[in-house]
Amino acid sequence: MKKTIKQMELTANLIREDIIKMLVRAGSGHSAGPLGMADVFTAVYFGGVADVNPKRRRDPNRDRVVLSNAHICPVLYATLARRGYFPLAELKTLRQMGTRLQGHSNNHFDIGIETSGGPLGQGISQAVGMALAARINARRITHNVKPGRASSFKLQASKFHTWCLMSDGELDEGQTWEAFMLAGKNDLRELTVILDRNNIQIDGRTEDVMPLEDLAAKFKAFNWFVIEVDGHNIRQVLDAMKQAKARAANPTVILCHTIPGKGVDFMENKFEWHGKPPTRDEARIALHELRTLGGKIKSEHE
Amino acid sequence: MKTVILSDFWMHKTVEKRPTRDGYGEALLELGAANPDVVVLTADLAESTRALPFGQKYPDRFMECGVAEQNMMGVAAGLALVGKIPFVSSYAVFSPGRNWDQLRVSVCYSKANVKIAGAHTGVSVGPDGATHQALEDMAITRVIPGLVVIAPCDAEETRKCTLAAAAYEGPVYFRFAREKTPIMTVKETPFEIGKANICREGSDVTLIACGPLLHAALMAAETLAAKGIEAEVINCHTLKPLDVKTIVRSIKKTHCAVTVEEHQTTGGLFGAVAEALARTYPVPIEPIGMQDTFGESGDPDALLVKYGMTTKDVVRQAIKLIKRK
Repeated sequence: MKKTIKQMELTANLIREDIIKMLVRAGSGHSAGPLGMADVFTAVYFGGVADVNPKRRRDPNRDRVVLSNAHICPVLYATLARRGYFPLAELKTLRQMGTRLQGHSNNHFDIGIETSGGPLGQGISQAVGMALAARINARRITHNVKPGRASSFKLQASKFHTWCLMSDGELDEGQTWEAFMLAGKNDLRELTVILDRNNIQIDGRTEDVMPLEDLAAKFKAFNWFVIEVDGHNIRQVLDAMKQAKARAANPTVILCHTIPGKGVDFMENKFEWHGKPPTRDEARIALHELRTLGGKIKSEHE
Repeated sequence: MKTVILSDFWMHKTVEKRPTRDGYGEALLELGAANPDVVVLTADLAESTRALPFGQKYPDRFMECGVAEQNMMGVAAGLALVGKIPFVSSYAVFSPGRNWDQLRVSVCYSKANVKIAGAHTGVSVGPDGATHQALEDMAITRVIPGLVVIAPCDAEETRKCTLAAAAYEGPVYFRFAREKTPIMTVKETPFEIGKANICREGSDVTLIACGPLLHAALMAAETLAAKGIEAEVINCHTLKPLDVKTIVRSIKKTHCAVTVEEHQTTGGLFGAVAEALARTYPVPIEPIGMQDTFGESGDPDALLVKYGMTTKDVVRQAIKLIKRK
């Protein structure tokens, strides 16, 4: 199922189209974040670094992907559907009565979603818990196999890696820093945060609402390993993920610099698009733009 | 209907007294040996919640989270979602007080198998004062869908409650007190989540108690008996799911009830019993508990006297109530 970079770029573009269609049909939901993270989600689910596969969705050793800022779930749903976790046609049920695609993603249905989220800051703690569980499991394996060499447990690879997708605005929540401290204390290399640094939140630009810079320095001070990438460059995202997974110490944060609303000109970099869906007319323009963009990717590929 | 076995000494002055939290610490050690999936978390309160011995014996499965209860609850949820059985140990005012949102979404809505142990509940926490006396914890937990809520009556029952919580699949909240309180139950006393225990039979009034104040209810029943009033005493350790069947069967005999709890009378045991009886078998009910007020610093026993949660108060309330029948 592993795709080339170009194939992934095309997939990301299809996911953007899915997002616009879902949102306009639902009549509510968030636009900017999901569009901005389409490339990153494609890298996570199609790039072959994170060990995720719809056929092994209940395998205890699968990698765990946690979406902490669950309001961008349209991008998660579209990606999961494209990856084969559930039928694409189901995307049109977003936010409707009886749907498995709730307004904020939950783990009640067997569609590849690990946790329930919504209130910001909660997913990162859950992800820290999962990574700690992986470490406990790894220790137990070592203890069982080589009872005399318990001290070597740190060298034992854990069975799965935990990837937590979160946003910059979410960092206003004190809970996130509690979680970063605990992960830093434990040198939690089993955990990687993939952070959407898109500089917007509901009330405005992050640096106006609640300044976060120097963000990289903050993470470093918390004993995290920091990688900064262009969140629209799938190769960069994948290389960073590989680097994170291979590390022998430190939790890693990949700061993905993204453009909110990416791919739709009138939405790009506009915080006003954080929390609203497009109208029918706006959706028509957006889809036209995305299809044209998709065409460009194809011609470059050929 | 049968009464359960109690200690032969529960009404003696020399009755053994221990803090309920001791039973938690003992059970954690038992669980640590029996089940490698049991993990314990604390937020800088290892000794006082009695989580410390587990941490010393099983350091790989013990997580010191620092003074950060919101993260602790979420971390517990993550551990549970990978198959661990986490016990979250802190003071009830912080957990589930401060981290209620995380309990609601990360644990309960996420269907995570987390056990929450809330220490230092009731005014009998004493000198620490109102901020550290949890009096609302049962109200805020009882309203979350799918969460079991238990208030064990003594150290022995707390031990059993902890073991039962580990065996139960789903989130469980249970609370302890700080002070030494009488040991009323014995090893043979049954404990089943959601099954109230009849401690004494009677036909004039039902005293429904939870937590260490069960002792005040039992003592009150003795006093009432001397006055010719036969009280039935129910140890309603589980507030949710409430054992409506046992309560209604008793009420059909006595036609009135006094609830006894070291908690606000809104939303706790009184609330639970009143809600259930209003829908099934409405009768006069009176509460013993905190009357919509905060506690304060002081000697634990003196505080129970001031806020009306002693044997005498139960007796007075029962006599008053019988006249309303």
